[in-house]
Amino acid sequence: MARGEMGMNQQKLQKVRLASQVLFFALFVFLLLKSEFRGSFKTVQGDIRLPYPVSIFLEADPLAAVVNALSSHALYRGLLWSLIILIPTFFLGRFFCGWVCPLGSLNHFFGSLKSERKRGRQRLESNRYRPWQKLKYYVLAALLVAALFGSLLAGLMDPIALTVRSLALGVLPGVNYALNSILDTLYGTQVAPLKFAANAVHFLVRGTLLSFRQPYFRQGLILGLVFASIMILNLRITRFWCRALCPLGALLGAVSRWSILGLEKRRESCTDCNRCEIDCQGGDDPMPGAPWRKAECHLCFNCVGHCPEAGIRFRFFPERTETVEIPELQRRRLVASLATGAVLVPILRSTPGFATARDPRLIRPPGALDEDSFLARCIRCGECMKVCPNNALQPTWLEAGLEGMWSPVLVPRIGYCEPTCVLCSQVCPTGAIWEIAQSEKLGQSQEGGSGAPIRIGTAFYDRGRCLPWAMARECIVCEEWCPTSPKAIYLLPAEVIDSSGETRQVRQPYVDPEKCIGCGACEYACPVQNQPAIYVTSIGETRSRVNQFILSRERPRS
Amino acid sequence: MELAEDKMPSNPHPQSRREAISRLIGLGALGTATAGLGIWLRDRSRRPEQPAAGSLHKDFSVPPDPSLPEMVVARAEDPRALVRKALDPLGGIRRFISAGETVVVKPNIGWDRTAEQAANTNPQVVAEVVKLCREAGAARVIVTDVSINEARRVYQRSGIAEAARSEGAEVILPEERGFREVDLRGDVLTTWPVLEPFLIADKIINVPVAKHHSLTGVTLGMKNWYGILGGQRHRLHQRIHESLADLAEFMRPTLTIIDAFRVLIRNGPSGGSLGDVELRRTLIAGTDPVALDAYAAQAFWDLDSGRLHYLRIAEEKHLGTRDLQKVRTKVIEDGQG
Repeated sequence: MARGEMGMNQQKLQKVRLASQVLFFALFVFLLLKSEFRGSFKTVQGDIRLPYPVSIFLEADPLAAVVNALSSHALYRGLLWSLIILIPTFFLGRFFCGWVCPLGSLNHFFGSLKSERKRGRQRLESNRYRPWQKLKYYVLAALLVAALFGSLLAGLMDPIALTVRSLALGVLPGVNYALNSILDTLYGTQVAPLKFAANAVHFLVRGTLLSFRQPYFRQGLILGLVFASIMILNLRITRFWCRALCPLGALLGAVSRWSILGLEKRRESCTDCNRCEIDCQGGDDPMPGAPWRKAECHLCFNCVGHCPEAGIRFRFFPERTETVEIPELQRRRLVASLATGAVLVPILRSTPGFATARDPRLIRPPGALDEDSFLARCIRCGECMKVCPNNALQPTWLEAGLEGMWSPVLVPRIGYCEPTCVLCSQVCPTGAIWEIAQSEKLGQSQEGGSGAPIRIGTAFYDRGRCLPWAMARECIVCEEWCPTSPKAIYLLPAEVIDSSGETRQVRQPYVDPEKCIGCGACEYACPVQNQPAIYVTSIGETRSRVNQFILSRERPRS
Repeated sequence: MELAEDKMPSNPHPQSRREAISRLIGLGALGTATAGLGIWLRDRSRRPEQPAAGSLHKDFSVPPDPSLPEMVVARAEDPRALVRKALDPLGGIRRFISAGETVVVKPNIGWDRTAEQAANTNPQVVAEVVKLCREAGAARVIVTDVSINEARRVYQRSGIAEAARSEGAEVILPEERGFREVDLRGDVLTTWPVLEPFLIADKIINVPVAKHHSLTGVTLGMKNWYGILGGQRHRLHQRIHESLADLAEFMRPTLTIIDAFRVLIRNGPSGGSLGDVELRRTLIAGTDPVALDAYAAQAFWDLDSGRLHYLRIAEEKHLGTRDLQKVRTKVIEDGQG
């Protein structure tokens, strides 16, 4: 065996790779489905947590780790896992893209579907290296600089965050709805075998594919369409996303410049059949006669698998006569993209919406850091929204400015923050929602004393819509739901006059801002269904020093 | 572009008269069928109406026995022993449950609180009731409630799911699919979604927990029937007393067991602080739901039943009696029995 020759028959590597893709994709989907609180019959006194490390793919994501390190100057909790991807990439190259990445595998699958646009010569042409593949490096440069200036726009394009977000918020809710509709239709029939089938299917999918309750997400359609577009682009150019846009691919491509695994081309054995090009994923020109683009290669091994003549071989420490080791970036464009990243942050943040007139409904989940630190960490993966048992966390559109798009906001009308729940803080991979314990959220110290609970906002009455205030009717639902003890909502007896001129006794509700934690249970439960008579705004949130209005709130008793 | 011979559209000009006639007949049949379908569909056109609600009215109670008390108040150190102690004087579980029946046990599983915080029914009390029903030969014992907080958390946190299952109960979480529209035929309550187990049961045992409530003063047995309803039940509070009486008229339980082992004395119905809880180690069991509520309100909050408007309405509806003098009562103190 020659120097550095890879031991295994290279024809078989394709199959191993496919197995790896299937395995990792299955694991990814499994963990995504497990990112839902399903409860258990085991009684728990303290924190209720998910049994699986559901955000492990996000934690192992080197781009998430690098941008977080740049913006927060630290690595949060599990982000160290990213090293198990990053370090082997130094040695091997972009194996992650071809073997592990769930978005890569989906692109691979859609790219291998038959397409009118990719037939015969067109197909070979579509797989040739194109200069526009350098775009992703410019994107990466801009995102890294933005991260350095404290903004995690990278999350919008990070492939893992994008896939989790799109599937969790845009695709799975639709799947759930469709499944329920089919089951309901089957249950509705009078045909016994169909009912039996419905029961069987229900038994199989409940607790796995089917959610306990139908999730609804704002932006779901847009997120789904973005994702579908990425998939459809594969019908024109295989893995267009991976080749042209993916910033993680760019990062891994850039760091693979010294890698020891490479393609060696043997001009003398090549018959110019071009079969190596047919299923090339990266667009890296594996055929002899053109330079091999190392940074573009996904190590899918389709080229060596298809080669009938052993004209190309992967080897450790290959001869580098026909290799371009690093992406040939143009200095001017690189400077331009660095500058773009640098000016983007000041432009986005010098708006009143960011500084002085923040959207009052921007209620962040408990444990969320102050807005600056939050935006420096949130990669908009949507894990917190997926896991929220009340469906309360929703992706923002412009409530947090353009910069904060698709970051989490609590919408009490859809769901309130369950007082003892800390699941969003458990799954957040980057610490934008810092991991908290139930005792911290409730303001109970370890010794059993009580401190200040975490507030996410404060409730206010709209007396024009409130039944006892405006319509001479009894209603104490908000007070009943208020979870603090003593309750933040208190009732005072009042005499009101109804339309017939009769005096009636009702109890009118008030909010005590010293006690309100902004959980939104009152707003959620308010029977004035469409526009509630009590609503929460973010003022008074613990995480902010400036978004306050009461001179001194109750100090923690020590 | 040239099309292959077999892909050419079929010649529109028929070759023979015979062919022309057969095509005309075919088209005529198609036209007739289309017109027929159209007319049939038009005849089907109705202004859409809400599907009619079922009206299942069932009395789950057992015949009265003048030789037995109607209400038993028992006190003991152990919640499980307490259940047996309270039920024995009433004639034992076998008076209420027969072999092969489907029994629904309805605790309060409303809030994301632990057993010690007393916002939900004591899990040991529920477990013991389940155990007794199983011993009496019940085919199915279902434990369910429409929670107020997020159901998955509540069932887990309260400890009721685990305790009930360990005694062989079927624990059913309220799923969206699990409700049926029912006409309650009440004075203020008309059509509401009711959780299915309450409609298929042979016997129903109400196991509420005694708690403070700012609107009615207390939440006891009758208020527990809130938990059979889905939908926008927060509207009920506007006419709470009439609503409660309507519910009590719809739901006539086999047996009511008010759990007052721990009593949420203030800040109800959700509580949250152990400072709001008093250990009373009491169970009130009986067949007269009105009397039980009246007794508990008097015993724990010193509230006269005359001030509980819903009990007055319930009495007018002949659902029970508020006058505790007229109720055959047996009190068993700790150490007795």
